[in-house]
Amino acid sequence: MLMYRIVRKRVLNPTVTQLEIEAPLVAKKARAGQFIILRVNEEGERIPLTIAGSDPAEGTVKIIFQVVGATTELLNSKQEGESIQDFVGPLGKATEMEGMRKVCIVGGGVGCAIAMPVAQEFHRLGAEVTSIIGFRSKDLLILEDEFKACSDRLIVMTDDGSYGRHGNVTMPLKELLESGEQFDSVITIGPLVMMKFVVEAAKPFGVPVTVSMNPIMIDGTGMCGGCRISLNRDGKRVTKFACVDGPDFNGYEIDFDEAMRRGRMYADYERHAREETCNLLRGN
Amino acid sequence: MAIIQKKHEMPVQEPSVRAHNFSEVALGYDAETAVAEANRCLGCKTRPCVEGCPVNVKIPDFIAKMKEGDFEGAYQIIHETSTLPAVCGRVCPQETQCECHCTLGARFEPVGIGRLERFAADWHNAHTAEQPAPPASNGHRVAIVGSGPSGLTCAGDLAKKGYAVTIYEALHTAGGVLVYGIPEFRLPKSIVAKEVETLKALGVSIETNVVIGKTLTVDELFEMGFEAVFIGSGAGLPSFMNIPGEACQGVYSANEYLTRSNLMKAYLDDPHTPIQKGGNVAVVGGGNVAMDAARTALRLGAEHVYLVYRRSMEELPARREEVEHAKEEGVDFRLLCNPVEILGYENPDDPRDPKNGFVRGIRCIQMELGEPDESGRRRPVEMPGSEFELPVDTVVMAIGTSPNPLIKSTTKGLEVNRKGGIVVNEDGLTSRRGVYAGGDAVTGAATVISAMGAGKTAAKAIDEYLNK
Repeated sequence: MLMYRIVRKRVLNPTVTQLEIEAPLVAKKARAGQFIILRVNEEGERIPLTIAGSDPAEGTVKIIFQVVGATTELLNSKQEGESIQDFVGPLGKATEMEGMRKVCIVGGGVGCAIAMPVAQEFHRLGAEVTSIIGFRSKDLLILEDEFKACSDRLIVMTDDGSYGRHGNVTMPLKELLESGEQFDSVITIGPLVMMKFVVEAAKPFGVPVTVSMNPIMIDGTGMCGGCRISLNRDGKRVTKFACVDGPDFNGYEIDFDEAMRRGRMYADYERHAREETCNLLRGN
Repeated sequence: MAIIQKKHEMPVQEPSVRAHNFSEVALGYDAETAVAEANRCLGCKTRPCVEGCPVNVKIPDFIAKMKEGDFEGAYQIIHETSTLPAVCGRVCPQETQCECHCTLGARFEPVGIGRLERFAADWHNAHTAEQPAPPASNGHRVAIVGSGPSGLTCAGDLAKKGYAVTIYEALHTAGGVLVYGIPEFRLPKSIVAKEVETLKALGVSIETNVVIGKTLTVDELFEMGFEAVFIGSGAGLPSFMNIPGEACQGVYSANEYLTRSNLMKAYLDDPHTPIQKGGNVAVVGGGNVAMDAARTALRLGAEHVYLVYRRSMEELPARREEVEHAKEEGVDFRLLCNPVEILGYENPDDPRDPKNGFVRGIRCIQMELGEPDESGRRRPVEMPGSEFELPVDTVVMAIGTSPNPLIKSTTKGLEVNRKGGIVVNEDGLTSRRGVYAGGDAVTGAATVISAMGAGKTAAKAIDEYLNK
C-alpha cells in the first residue's frame, strides 16, 4: 500500500509548519489555488489543506498548516521520513489567472501560505504583483523572502506594529486604490473576517475580488455537501460546493457571516479533541 | 410433505435493543432453518426467479445444494455470477426481484432467497479461509473508476476472465456506497472488506486516494496502457430543497451524515470525526437512504426522530422491510408533510452567542394528494394554513443527488443526458470508444444490485470488445 512520506519538514513559526510530502501523482497536476485532503493515521479525520507548492520532478507536494486542532496537532508531531496515511488531490479549481496583468494579493496569517503559490504563478506569467501580507505580530511572520522574490511590491503589516507597518491589511489596500492604482483583480486569502473587510474596502472602487474559501468538508469531491457556501447572485441565493465549484469565489457574492457560523459548527468538539490529543502526545 | 406456507422467520435483534446499537439488525438463519427454508423451493422447471435477478444467480441450483447441506457448494454457484454474495443477501430488494417471481409465491409466501443467499455467503466466509487463485492472465488491462457495487462487480467478472484490472477509488477505503452510505447495522463493514479481499485474491489491484477527473483523467488512463475503462463513479452532489435556513449549523445532506457516521466512524464513542449526536432529528425524504439516516440518528442517541415525507406511505419508495424496521425502532413518520423553512437559533441580545445559527426547528406544511403527475404518482398539494413546527436540533436532507461533474468535465466526447447522467447503450458503452459506464453515474440514485447488474453487463461487453 502506498504511503505518503514526509520528505522535508520546516518550522515556519511556533504554530505554523511546512511539510513536503511524497505524492507524485498529485505533484504532477497541482496548480495554484487547489487543495488536497489528508488523513494522518488509520482512524484520523479527513482535513483539507491548500497546496503551497509542488515539485513534479521530485514528486513532492508542499503544505503549510497552522496547529489549530487535534488533527493538525497530530500532523505536526510527524517527523521527516515518517509517513501519513492518506493524501488525495489536487482538488478544486485552480485560481483563474487568464488575462490578468496587474494584481494585488492580500494574505493574512497562515492564509499567506495559500496566497504565496498564487503570487508566484502570477509572477511567473509576467503579471505585475503587489503583495500585502499581514500577521498579528513579528513572531508569527512567515514566507517574507518567498513573497519578496515574486512580488513587484511587498507590504508587510502587523497588528501590533512589531514588524513592517502597524495595522491591518485593508489599510494599504485602501490607500493604493484611493491613490488611483488600477488592479485587474484583488485576490485575498486568510481568515474569513479579514476577507470580508478586504471585500468591503475594495467595493467602492469596483475592482474584482476573488476570495479563497476553506470550509469544513469530508470527501472533497462533491459528495457530502458539507462545504456548501451561499452566494448572493443578482439578488438570488445560490448554493455552491467549495470542493468542486471553488475554493475560489467572487468575494462580492459570499455570505461571510453565514460562512463564519458554519465554520464554528464543531468548535466545542474541536477544543475537547485537541486537549485530548495534546495530553496523548505529551504522555508519549 | 406438506408445503410450509410462510418463509421461516429471520431472527432479529429486539427493536428496543437494536435502536441503540450499531450491530447488525438481522441475525441470519442457523443451518437447520436454512435447510428447512431451502426445502420450500419447488425446484420448478421454469426458474422465473433467475430472470428476476439482475445478475442472474442460478437460484434453484444453489438452493438444491443447500437442501443437501452443501453450503460451500451453494456459495460457489452464487459466486459464479455474483461478486458480492454476502452483500446482496443483505441489501438486495429481493421482494421486487427474484422473490416476486417465485412460483411458490403465487399461492404462498415465496422462498426466502435473500436469506438463503446470505446464509451461504456467511457460511463460506466463516468456514473457508482459502481464497481463489488468480486466473491465468490474458494480457489485457482494464481500469475501473470507483469501487462501489458496479465497479467491484465489473472488476470481479473481468478478473475471472484473466484481465489485469486496476480499480481507482477517490476515498481512502474501497467499497463506495457500501462503506460510506449503508450503515453498519444493515451491512457490517467487515463483510464488505471480506468481499474486497476476495477480489484482490483474484488479482484485482485497488488504488485508493485517486480521483479520476482530478488526479488522473480518463484519457491518461488510456495513455497508461489501459485498453478499456469502466466508469462506476456513483451518485454525485447532494440535493437540497432551497428553502430558508438550509445553511444553519446542524443541517446535513444524508451523504454527509451517513459518511461521517459510517466511513469516518463518528458513531464510535470519542470519534476522531465529529457528528451532531442526540437531541431531536428530522430526516427529510422517503427512500432507503432516508431510512438509513433516520435509524442512524436513533442509534447516535437521538431522543426523537421524525421522518418527514411529502407523499403518503403508498408512494414512499423505501423497501417495506426497512420501513417496518424503522417504525419498530420508534421513527416517527410524518407523512404528507413538507418542510418550508428550517429555523435557526438567534439570540436577540447577543450576536456573538455561539448557539446562533444552530437549528432549533423545522417548519412544515401539511399536504394532500391531488392528480397524478408525470411519474404516475399523485402529486402532493399544500393545504393552505396548515403550517406547524417540529422542535429539532438536526435536519438531514435525504432527497437525492445530481451527477458529479468531475469526470464529465474532464473527458472530451463523453455524452451526458439533460440531468447530467452518462449516456450508455444497452451494453454500457458510452459515446467514447472503449469507455463504459454503469450504476448511479448513469441512472442516478438506484439500488446496489442494479449497479451490479450494470457492472456485469459492461464486463461482458468489454470482454467482447477486447477480444474482437
